[in-house]
Amino acid sequence: MSRRKEIRLTGSGGQGLILAAIILAEAATREGGYVVQTQAYGPEARGGASKAEVITDSEEILYPKVTVPDFVLAMSENSYRKYGKDYKEDGILLVDSTFVREVAENGKKVISLPITRLAREKLGKEIVSNIVALGVINGIAKVVSDESLKQAVLERAPRGTEEINIKALELGLSLAREAV
Amino acid sequence: MILQKKPESRLMQGNEACAEGAIAAGANFYAGYPITPSTEIAEIAARRLPETGGRFIQMEDEIGGMAAVIGAAIGGAKAFTATSGPGFSLKQENIGYAIMAEIPCVIVNVQRLGPSTGVATAPAQGDVMQARWGTHGDHPVIAFSPSSVRETFDLTVKAFNLSEKLRQPVIILLDEIVGHMRENIIVPAPESLEIVNRERPADGVDYKPYADDREVSPLASFGDGHFFNITGLFHDEQGFPTTDPIRVKNQLLRLHQKVENHRDEIIITEEFGTEDAVLTVVCYGCSARSARQAVKLAREEGLPVGFFRTATIWPFPYEKIAALTRSARTLLVPEMNMGQLIAEVERAVKGRAEVAGANRFDGELITPQEILVRIKELI
Repeated sequence: MSRRKEIRLTGSGGQGLILAAIILAEAATREGGYVVQTQAYGPEARGGASKAEVITDSEEILYPKVTVPDFVLAMSENSYRKYGKDYKEDGILLVDSTFVREVAENGKKVISLPITRLAREKLGKEIVSNIVALGVINGIAKVVSDESLKQAVLERAPRGTEEINIKALELGLSLAREAV
Repeated sequence: MILQKKPESRLMQGNEACAEGAIAAGANFYAGYPITPSTEIAEIAARRLPETGGRFIQMEDEIGGMAAVIGAAIGGAKAFTATSGPGFSLKQENIGYAIMAEIPCVIVNVQRLGPSTGVATAPAQGDVMQARWGTHGDHPVIAFSPSSVRETFDLTVKAFNLSEKLRQPVIILLDEIVGHMRENIIVPAPESLEIVNRERPADGVDYKPYADDREVSPLASFGDGHFFNITGLFHDEQGFPTTDPIRVKNQLLRLHQKVENHRDEIIITEEFGTEDAVLTVVCYGCSARSARQAVKLAREEGLPVGFFRTATIWPFPYEKIAALTRSARTLLVPEMNMGQLIAEVERAVKGRAEVAGANRFDGELITPQEILVRIKELI
């Protein structure tokens, strides 16, 4: 039996969501099985709508794109409108309420957290919002072990930023504990 | 179920696998001009080549990039370049020169949606015929189109090996999907790879860079002490221009023959379920991933559907595709274009089977569902 898990991270170019997806995929690589990571974005380096996806499976992954995600992160109003409805009946949508003001009832599970605001207030740096988001995602969706994710974050963190990135991850994990 | 542990695997992007495969094959020179979606190959080459004793040059444009690769190869380097869509168009004249002058080199084209600048970040398989006929004249071509990250690594190594062995430029047709996708793969150990280096002439011999009686002559590097000429004109054994009809004809025949003689080594295909299939899907590159899943789904429903994938686009596997019609009444060719390689499939089967397409050209990857629908319409 396939144990395919599909995760979609969406937001605006520059929010670091492709990097977040790569880190999640690297964490999954540490645990074995099959992993595919893809992205779609426009030609602009900042702004625009960006989408990064991670699929993990116990079997070989053929079609590499997400079809119906188990988990969606929306970190901008735009991406929420575009991807906020399209996920599994028993799936989860996580929105960053810093940017997404109103979330419509869709009969499915929605978690709304001020990810970017909390990164700014508690860590003093918005730039680690993507890592906070990763912590929340893994805390809720349990894609990989927290330890694998921590190692993957450390491997990608530029020298001198290890501490703040780990703090960001831990903030995300604790937010997830409060949310579920 | 416990996931099978693959601790030695690493997450790698297709473009990265291409650059790393090139370096593993002994590439020590890259020249090019960055263009989406191939830019990562240039970025990685810029970082990795100096670490491995090689050179990276960002040229003033695409044409210069191809010219520098040819120059470096004549100087003895294992040279490569990477480009995309519009850049591949610009490189065509120099690719023809390298074929004519028999300069080994590797050209990577990460296909994006065209024509012209098209959609820079969207996938397509629209350069299949350009890879074959993009440069003018009746030239031989070798082109691979991998479907996975690991295969990108392996075929890049193979591209360099064939290029060195046959003194022939080799094209790798990636696409935005395979180039930008990351997969966890096991990178082969360097000592497990077979690496081919071009034959060089011995010192002091009467050197003929284009000997009449050899399939492929040794290639001296400029500066090695052998004097010879290199030109895009038809040439004699020393490389000097000729218009002698017999020489012209024989040179062209030899250029084609050296590739034809190695078809079995160049053509890589895989298939399953084709012996008793009523319909077989013939595919390549990124769309082969969707096709494989569609065939899997069809077979789970009990439909007699076969799968045939070619990793080698040129030379085209005509005989192997003709053999599919022993069982299949219909061949379905999914492509991310308006129908290019399908015409070669038609040439191969010569009317012995119905040939139909499943085409998508809006910048989105064709889905298994779309192919499955076509299978059910046709079977």
